[in-house]
Amino acid sequence: MLNFSKINIFLIYLIFLFISFFSILNFQNQKEPLIDKKVNLGLDLQGGSYLLLEINSDPLIKEKIQSKVIPLKKLLKDNNLNYSNFKINEKNLSFSLDDIEKLKLLLFSKKNNFLNPYIGNYNSFELDLEILDDSNVRVLFSKYGLLTINNSALKQSIEIVRRRIDDVGTKEPTILQRGDKRILVELPGLKDPERIKNLLGKTAQLNFRLVADNEEFGVDKLVSEIGEELNVSKRIVMSGENLIDAQPNFNNQSNQPTVSFTLDRLGAQKFGRTTTDNVGKRLAIVLDEQIISAPSINEPITSGSGIISGNFSFQEATDLALLLRSGALPTPLTVVEERTVGPDLGADSIKSGITSLIVGFTLVIFFMIYKYRIFGLIANLALIANLIMLVGVLTILEATLTLPGIAGIILTVGMAVDANVLIFERIKEELKTEKSIIHAFDIGYSKAKITVLDANITTLIAAVILFAFGSGPVKGFAITLGIGIVTTLYSAYFLARHLTSMIVLNKKEGKVNL
Amino acid sequence: MITNIDFSSKFKSANILSLLIFIMSVLFILFKGLNYGIDFKGGTLIELRADNKNINISEIRSSLNSMNLGDINVKEFGKEGDYLIKVEQKTESNNQLIPEIKKTLINNLNAEIDFRRVENVGPKVSSELLQSGIIAISLSLIAMLFYIWIRFEWQFSVGSIVALFHDVIITIGIFSILSLEINLSIIAAVLTIVGYSMNDTVVIYDRIRENLNKYTRLNINEIANLSINETLSRTIITSLTTLLALLSIYILGGEILRGFSFAMILGVLIGTYSSIFVAAPVLKFFKVSYKTLEKKEEKIVP
Repeated sequence: MLNFSKINIFLIYLIFLFISFFSILNFQNQKEPLIDKKVNLGLDLQGGSYLLLEINSDPLIKEKIQSKVIPLKKLLKDNNLNYSNFKINEKNLSFSLDDIEKLKLLLFSKKNNFLNPYIGNYNSFELDLEILDDSNVRVLFSKYGLLTINNSALKQSIEIVRRRIDDVGTKEPTILQRGDKRILVELPGLKDPERIKNLLGKTAQLNFRLVADNEEFGVDKLVSEIGEELNVSKRIVMSGENLIDAQPNFNNQSNQPTVSFTLDRLGAQKFGRTTTDNVGKRLAIVLDEQIISAPSINEPITSGSGIISGNFSFQEATDLALLLRSGALPTPLTVVEERTVGPDLGADSIKSGITSLIVGFTLVIFFMIYKYRIFGLIANLALIANLIMLVGVLTILEATLTLPGIAGIILTVGMAVDANVLIFERIKEELKTEKSIIHAFDIGYSKAKITVLDANITTLIAAVILFAFGSGPVKGFAITLGIGIVTTLYSAYFLARHLTSMIVLNKKEGKVNL
Repeated sequence: MITNIDFSSKFKSANILSLLIFIMSVLFILFKGLNYGIDFKGGTLIELRADNKNINISEIRSSLNSMNLGDINVKEFGKEGDYLIKVEQKTESNNQLIPEIKKTLINNLNAEIDFRRVENVGPKVSSELLQSGIIAISLSLIAMLFYIWIRFEWQFSVGSIVALFHDVIITIGIFSILSLEINLSIIAAVLTIVGYSMNDTVVIYDRIRENLNKYTRLNINEIANLSINETLSRTIITSLTTLLALLSIYILGGEILRGFSFAMILGVLIGTYSSIFVAAPVLKFFKVSYKTLEKKEEKIVP
């Protein structure tokens, strides 16, 4: 185990230098990097916000099932199916019917089925029929129908979230899908997450609806911004989908912040027609079922642009414009998990992390020299090489370093010497019975090999499981611990062994102080 | 230097002691329960720094009580003027909660307040986190069981799992006794303890296996004793260097890592003890001898 061929030595140090090279990249000028690779700091070290958002598709399902009412009734009528007791429930439509078999055939026909489209990639229809008894049925979304609704809502939500966050202008945001209902948002360097949370918490469904004179059928009672209770027609004149642009502005006369908007052609037509027909009436501008303002229509607006004035500050106007520009979320989002660290706490964490690393490292180094003298020095060189390689591998993987990750590095320092301790202790034992020093070292290394491997693989298993199940900062710990084990094995079995062999082989005669 | 300490004579009393502490830990975990942090219980955590050092905990508590937030826990956290507030929250998160708390505190305390860290975990996410934590620990135990089964005979595998259970339960038991908080980083610590303790056990088992073949006349107790002595200096040195590193995290690593490093220190101490006084003696119960090893060899070689 002590004889190295030249090519072996060359390879051992080449790999070491190659990996070490990457660790240096972290110290290069970050503005003009030679190779753009570095260890990223986790949110707990650089400060920032981690948000886990969850979509709630229930309102969407309700809306979608309602949209099936008219086509379903039409289908029933067109085919002379007599139905009664038609009820619109939260997630299904129920009714009584004589000829259920016929409905079945109609509902599950693959040709031109507008009511119940066939979803090819799932081999399933959008809707399902539940037969309650001889004459009662329920129409509801199939499992895959629900999945399709959910997935498209999630995709759309991610898109809208991205637009809103990009519009605010935070640096390097991460927006990812997590599972089938959640969106993970990481915003490094963000000091105040409240604004983003507010922006993401609004669905921002904008409607223009006429204010009705009396409590006729089809009105909602909504409260306006000045506390006035208004009957607003359920009929939507125009919605936020027709908006092309929105910008915050100031009203020329009152100097009040306003939001000006521009409509697309269809929107401009609808808006023009409604304002022409209803001069003198009031038009309510409704955002998420709340009236922002309800101005009177003084004259027809056919230009395709308009102004929303309300009781808002300039910041609120800016945010409203942003929300309108980015579009409405298909469903409401809730923040189910939030972790925010201020930048100064992050800086403190880095400081205390580095301090404890240096102190822990120094203590271990002195202990090893005290214990093993010259071979302690070798173990320490291996330890330093180990740390450099660990940082190098983290850089190659562009891994994220977190505070627990720093703890993982310190722990690696403490545990890394174990490999060398195992080997040295074994050699000591061999030296007792073995006359030749070289032979003793040789046997020591080969006998300790299995033990070292076994002992490290157990810790590696723990690290892998932690990586798979951990989240955020804890994952960072698993990464450094896991990589630390691999670099430890390399430095103990290649670097330290070669250094040891140089000393032992040069000292053919005499005693070795171990 | 190889010691010659008679460990085997102490196996019995050590096993009784272990059993007692183990049972006590289980009882504490069952009846006193664990002090779950917001990661596993849900709720809001705020680490704040006030520029006015004269405020005290009761002022913070009383101003928060006026908000009707339910169970509130306030404690000093590290430096003077740093506090940690925990608010139990039963419903899904309220977007306005944190700004409202900030406003209330600034108004009532007459101080500039900086929220250094805010964590908010909803009830659904917290129960998922707890579940995945339990799965992770169980899975790691199973993985270790299998690894040792592959590398050694089944008796060793069972022995190492007994030792691991011992370590994990007692560590968590001490957290229950001292009412220390269990959060995500404690799960990470427990998993690392599993790895570390296994590491220690494997080193001794490796030697036991080697000595079983070497000294066929010695019984398992004598073999265990010899093997423990032969590896003792390694066991102590590695525990010491690991403890040095952990102590430096515990003392200098800041408040956030304190619970984690404390759990690890406990784990290293218990793990070192268990590999000597639990893992090795267990083999006796299975009547492990050099014959156990031979049988296995025959099975493998076709």
